[in-house]
Amino acid sequence: MSDTHYSDVLRRDPRAERIARNRLHPLHTTASSGGQVAEIRGPSGLLRKNPHTLGFIGPNGIKRIDRLKGNAIATNSRRGTTNTQVTLLPLHQVAEAAFTLVVVPDMVGGRLTAHDKDVLGQAHQLARAIEADIGAKGAVMLVAFGVCKEENFDKAGVDRLLLLDSVEYQGYCPEQQMAALLQVEARFAPQYWLFPDSVHGGSDLGSRLAARLGIRPAVHVWQVNTDTTICRGAGGSTDITRATPRLLMLSQECANPIDESRHEVLPVVLKSTPIISLLLEDKGQVSVDPNAIPLAEAEFILSAGNGIKNWDQFHTAAQALGATEGASRVVVDDGYMPRFRQVGASGTWVTARVYLAVGISGAIQHMQGIGQCEKVITINTDAGCDMVKRADLSLIGDSEAVLQELLKLVKVFRQQSHQGQNNVKISEKTGVKKDTNEEAENAA
Amino acid sequence: MQPDSSTALDDKGLDLTELDLKIVSLISIGKHPTSGRARRAEQDGRAVELGMVLAEATGDKQNLTVIHAGDSQLEAQQAALRSYAGMGLGAVRVLQMRDSADAINPLSEYLYKHAPDIILTGVHAESGESSGMVPYLLGEALGWPVVPRIANIVSIKNGVAEILQALPRGQRRALAVRLPFIASVDNAAPAPRQSAFGPASRALMDQKVSQSDVDGVRNAWSELPARKRPKRLKVVKAKTGAARLKAATAKPQGAGGKVMKEQSAAEQAQAIFDLLLEEGVLR
Repeated sequence: MSDTHYSDVLRRDPRAERIARNRLHPLHTTASSGGQVAEIRGPSGLLRKNPHTLGFIGPNGIKRIDRLKGNAIATNSRRGTTNTQVTLLPLHQVAEAAFTLVVVPDMVGGRLTAHDKDVLGQAHQLARAIEADIGAKGAVMLVAFGVCKEENFDKAGVDRLLLLDSVEYQGYCPEQQMAALLQVEARFAPQYWLFPDSVHGGSDLGSRLAARLGIRPAVHVWQVNTDTTICRGAGGSTDITRATPRLLMLSQECANPIDESRHEVLPVVLKSTPIISLLLEDKGQVSVDPNAIPLAEAEFILSAGNGIKNWDQFHTAAQALGATEGASRVVVDDGYMPRFRQVGASGTWVTARVYLAVGISGAIQHMQGIGQCEKVITINTDAGCDMVKRADLSLIGDSEAVLQELLKLVKVFRQQSHQGQNNVKISEKTGVKKDTNEEAENAA
Repeated sequence: MQPDSSTALDDKGLDLTELDLKIVSLISIGKHPTSGRARRAEQDGRAVELGMVLAEATGDKQNLTVIHAGDSQLEAQQAALRSYAGMGLGAVRVLQMRDSADAINPLSEYLYKHAPDIILTGVHAESGESSGMVPYLLGEALGWPVVPRIANIVSIKNGVAEILQALPRGQRRALAVRLPFIASVDNAAPAPRQSAFGPASRALMDQKVSQSDVDGVRNAWSELPARKRPKRLKVVKAKTGAARLKAATAKPQGAGGKVMKEQSAAEQAQAIFDLLLEEGVLR
């Protein structure tokens, strides 16, 4: 009887309690759990948690559970010193490539598009599958034509880079590009050719190469592995399941882009520039009326907000720059611009590459509308507005004065380019063009 | 397209009366996206329209030949082909073959024999594989240049055609190409004129049975109605609850662009100008 009485007595261990309270104590973890383990694999394989061992007793005797796992945001850190930790992603290295997958991106405006990055992601998925099969590492090679402004090839998953940016590859030159791709085919014999199935030229180049190599390509592909490919047929109304060919034209969002590794962008050089006789001659882009282009697909938008006072100047600037006009909700409501020019949540969601916002402070509805724009430039009097936070280039000052100066610069630029240009554009008056042609005939 | 807009084209200088142009438009049987019925295909209709405008500019409508390579035995197929003829064609030439046959060989043989100057096609067919490879394969077989996605043919002088190519975002590019060539016609080209029932039913269906191999590769494929593609999910790779909450609630913070505050208006304008030039939007 007396034995049981003694065993019922609650004995306190002040030292253990002190350690359990002190999270910084070296013995804290063992003491606080009381020798019991908080998480145990149960007999069925489920993870069992013992809630009694979770947490610790705070200084005032209340049990505390730290669910942040040491990631609590430091509240008393000094303002302005945000510690931006740049974690270096692991480097994916391919010393000796047993096989090569070639990706030919669109590179619209000299940068990888989201579509290009998806295709690169798909290339790596295929490469991993082949590596599992043959047990040797392969490389993903990117063949980029023309001007290149991309800086993050490593994060997009480029193991090898063939950059062809000499004069021959500028402008529209599918025949020249094809000749280079045939050299790549002869030298590397790629396991797969991957093209983005896009109107920016990927589909054109892919079709040309497929016709030349005699491969039956898979087009509008949206699901690939090394055995089977699913692609859309009959104008997108059917799914065709087929064996995976060597040349694929992939639709958007076919795979996730690379985001967890860096890649060594090793340069590859072709031995020589192929010289071929060109049947297609690029005469350059024709100027089209920018206001005839639908706002949603315009490339360059000059947008007006409440800060605009001189509307004549704004319209002149849009015309001089060759920009499509846009507007914020306020100026549309006030009747300065038509409703179909409104950018934002209740207007048009624009996809412009360059968006020049004049006198727009950036209501959240407007910011949603320009979410897909690549480069945003703003002229505003308020340096603290949301548009300035979003913009790549912000100019704080009077918009009228800046636009005035910009108009002067553009005028000088137009004069210079007009003088330097011998061939007259088609869009201009045909009378002028006829004269030049007659002169050419006379000379001949 | 209204009749007066073709005369407007003539005003712009498309006068080919002294030329002996032979134009071929390749047509296929379209498929209505909702009902699935056979119809005049959108892009092929545009190819016929462009061919008709060119033929009218040469002064002889007979310069345009419209060819269909494929099956035309069913009534629905006949009706679809006749709807092209209803645009004002006297006849439609049909290279009759089985539906499963490969159209490239008979087509390239026919075109090699008749040697036209311009071949116009659509970009993608509305049925079958719709790979858009026909112009490229014909170009490879005949050794002719291929011009993809054209919006218009501006002029033809000294055997060189000046072409407007349709680019994304409503842009146009001028190209010069020597005849003969193959072009695929984009949706940006002038819309096809209305098809009239009377002329359509009176038109001649000039059938010619041609031999072609069965497309054996395609027999191994399985074809099903299109499945809805899974939407891409935004995966937040946060390890803890706090980071997940932050990812879900935080405003997307840009890396912070360049802010010019003190500079004069001229310097600021120069900065904009340089950026516009670098991006290549100032043309």
